[in-house]
Amino acid sequence: MSKYYLNYLEELESEAIFVLREVAAQFRNPVILFSGGKDSIVVTHLARKAFYPAKFPFALMHVDTGHNFPETMEYRDQLIQDLGANLIVGSVQEAIDKGRVVEEKGRNASRNVLQITALLDTIESNQIDCAIGGGRRDEEKARAKERFFSHRDDFGQWDPKNQRPELWNLFNGKHFQGEHFRVFPISNWTEMDVWNYILKENIAIPSLYFAHEREVIWRNNSWIPVSEHLNMDERDSPVTKKIRFRTLGDITITGGIESEADTLEKIVEEVAAMRQTERGNRADDKRSESSMEDRKREGYF
Amino acid sequence: MSIENNQLLRISTAGSVDDGKSTLIGRLLYDSKSIFEDQLEAIETTTKRKGREGIDLALFTDGLRDEREQGITIDVAYRYFTTPKRKFIIADTPGHIQYTRNMVTGASTANVAIILVDARNGVIEQTRRHSYIASLLQIPHVIVCVNKMDLVDWKEDRFLDIQQQYEGILSKMSIKDVRYIPISALEGDNVVNRSENMSWYQGAPLLHTLETLHISSDLNKIDARFPVQTIIRPQTDEFHDYRGYAGRLESGILRKGDEVVALPSGFNSRIKSIDTFDGTLEEAFAPMSITITLEDDIDISRGDMIVRKNNQPNQVQEFDAMICWLNSSAARPRGKYTIRHTTNEQKSMIRDVVYKMDINSLERNSEDTEIKTNDICRIKLKTTKPLMIDEYRDNRATGSFILIDDGTNETVAAGMIIS
Repeated sequence: MSKYYLNYLEELESEAIFVLREVAAQFRNPVILFSGGKDSIVVTHLARKAFYPAKFPFALMHVDTGHNFPETMEYRDQLIQDLGANLIVGSVQEAIDKGRVVEEKGRNASRNVLQITALLDTIESNQIDCAIGGGRRDEEKARAKERFFSHRDDFGQWDPKNQRPELWNLFNGKHFQGEHFRVFPISNWTEMDVWNYILKENIAIPSLYFAHEREVIWRNNSWIPVSEHLNMDERDSPVTKKIRFRTLGDITITGGIESEADTLEKIVEEVAAMRQTERGNRADDKRSESSMEDRKREGYF
Repeated sequence: MSIENNQLLRISTAGSVDDGKSTLIGRLLYDSKSIFEDQLEAIETTTKRKGREGIDLALFTDGLRDEREQGITIDVAYRYFTTPKRKFIIADTPGHIQYTRNMVTGASTANVAIILVDARNGVIEQTRRHSYIASLLQIPHVIVCVNKMDLVDWKEDRFLDIQQQYEGILSKMSIKDVRYIPISALEGDNVVNRSENMSWYQGAPLLHTLETLHISSDLNKIDARFPVQTIIRPQTDEFHDYRGYAGRLESGILRKGDEVVALPSGFNSRIKSIDTFDGTLEEAFAPMSITITLEDDIDISRGDMIVRKNNQPNQVQEFDAMICWLNSSAARPRGKYTIRHTTNEQKSMIRDVVYKMDINSLERNSEDTEIKTNDICRIKLKTTKPLMIDEYRDNRATGSFILIDDGTNETVAAGMIIS
C-alpha cells in the first residue's frame, strides 16, 4: 500500500509552492529578494518548481551593498543567465553617492542598515507591490512573529503589533497604492530544513558555504574575511584558516567558522551537531537585544 | 538522520503568565536539545539582569521588545524543534480573553492543542475557553497537561479529580481525541523524560505522545477538492498548447484519468496529467501542490474548483457560520465584506446574528447582536455568487473563510461554515 502522507520536507515544499502561487495571483509586480545566500537560493528554486513548465513570473532583486563576496556576485550572474530572469539592482553605493544615506564610520562600520533605504527606494521606483524574501521564523525572535504575507505601509514600515491575522491558508495581500507586502514562503523552515532540502534537491550554492582556505581576522568571536572593505588596524593580525560560512551577508560583517565540511553531506552533518545559531556569527544582530526588530520596523528584510 | 517518514506536527498552545506555558515550551526545547548555546547565554544574561537565578525557561518564548518588558505574549509566536521522529511547529499564543483572536489564529492550522491546567486550581474559566477554541477550530487532538504536579505532592487523586472535571466540560464540545498527562514543566517530569515522582502514571510522557500521535488520517482523504490558484501557460515552443491548473489539493486523492467537473461552470472532463517539476504523477493526495491538465479545453480560472464528478461540494449563496471577529472596530450591522473562501473571492453580507457565544460560561446569548473584537458568533451570511462549500467539521479547507473590509483591506473575521 502506498503512503498517503507527506514527510515534513515535502509538506514544507508544498506549503512554499502554494504561497508563491498566491503571490503570482494576488500581486501585479512581485520580485524575489535575492542576496545570493542559501535561503534566497532555495526560494528561487521553489519558484522554478511552482510554475513549471512556465518560467516564474518574478524578477530577482538584489540589494547591493558594494561590499560583496566576489563569489556571490559570480553565482548571481550565472543564475540569472541560466534562468533567463530579470535582475533589478538596488545600490547602496548609489544611495551614498546621492546623499540619501551616510556611511557609518569606525572599526565596526557596516552598510547593513543602509540597505533599508536602497531597498525601499528600489521598491518604490520600480513600483514593486510584493517582495518575496527568504526570511525564516527560526532565525531570530522578531522574525518568529512574522506573517507569511506581511504588510508594509507606504513608508515601508512593519508594525509588529498591528499585523493582519493569518488563518488557515487564506492569505490576504490586499493593499493600497504605495504600500507593499513582504512574503516569506519558507517561514516555517529551519536552518536544518534548508540544508536537508539543498542536499535532497542537489541545489547549486556559492562555494563560500564549503570549507576553504581564507585570510581572516578574529573579531567579535568569529573569523571575519580580510577584504578591501574591512577597516583594520594594528590590533588585527590576519591568519589563514580553513573556514566556511553559515550565512552570507556583507563581506565586512559575515563571520566564518572553522570547518572541514567540503561537501553538502558533511555540511548537513555539521549543522546537525551545531551548538550555536547561525546568526551568532552575524555582527549586525549583536548590536542590541532588539536590533533585528528595530531594523525590521524600519523596512529591513 | 532519515527524514523519509518523518511528519510535521503543528501544535497550538494558549496560556497566561502564571500557568507555566512558557516554561513548558522552554522545557520541550531545552530537553530535546533544540536550544543553542548563544541563545542559552543570552537567556542567562537576561535572567541575571532581572535579579533572578538559574535559567528562566520562559524567556525562550518572548519575542518582541514590549513583550520582554511586560513579560507577556501579545501575538502568536512560532517555535520550531525537531526530534529524530518528527518536526514540530508550536504556535504559542496568549491565553487571556482579550487575545481570543490570537488563539483562534494559532489553532487554525494545528493538529494538536496542548491545554494546560494548574494542578492546584483544576478546571477553570480559562481551561473552558481554550478547550472551546480547540473544539470550534476542530483541532483533531487535545492533550490536557495537568501541570505543577510538584505543588500537589505528585498525588494521583488530584490528577484523576481534574480528569473527571475536564470530562464534565467535554460534553459541551466536539473534541474527538483527548489525552491526559500529569507533568511538572518546571521540574521536567513527564515532559521529555518519564517522571520518577509519579510512578502511578502508566502513560507516555508529553514528547513521546507528540512524536507518536497518529495524524495521517486527520486530513480528509475522501473528498477531492482542488481550488485553482493560477493558470500555467508557458507559451514556449516545447509547451506550445500547454494549459495547466496550478493549486494545492486541499483534501482527497486525484488520479490520472479521473472523471472530474469544474465548478461553478459544471463542465465535465478527465484528468489528462498531474504534473510537477519532478515529473508526472499517477495520483496525488492532499496537501500536495500540483498542476493538473484536462482532456478538454474548458474555461477555468482562479477561484474555480476541480472536484470528482460523483463527490461535489455544496454550491450555495446563503449559509450559517461561526465567526470570530478579529478586528478592533466592530462589525457594521448588515455589513458588506469581501469573503475569501479557498482561492475564491466574492462580496458578502452579514444578514443576521443568530447568537453570541460566551466562551467562559459556554452560554449562548441571542439578545446581544453587536459583533465586537474577539466575539464568537453564529451568523447568517449571503454572498453575491455561489461558493463551493463543505461543512467545516468535514473539511477545514473548504469549510473556512475570512472576511476582509474593503475600506481598510484588513482581515476582520475568521469563519467556519456550519451548513
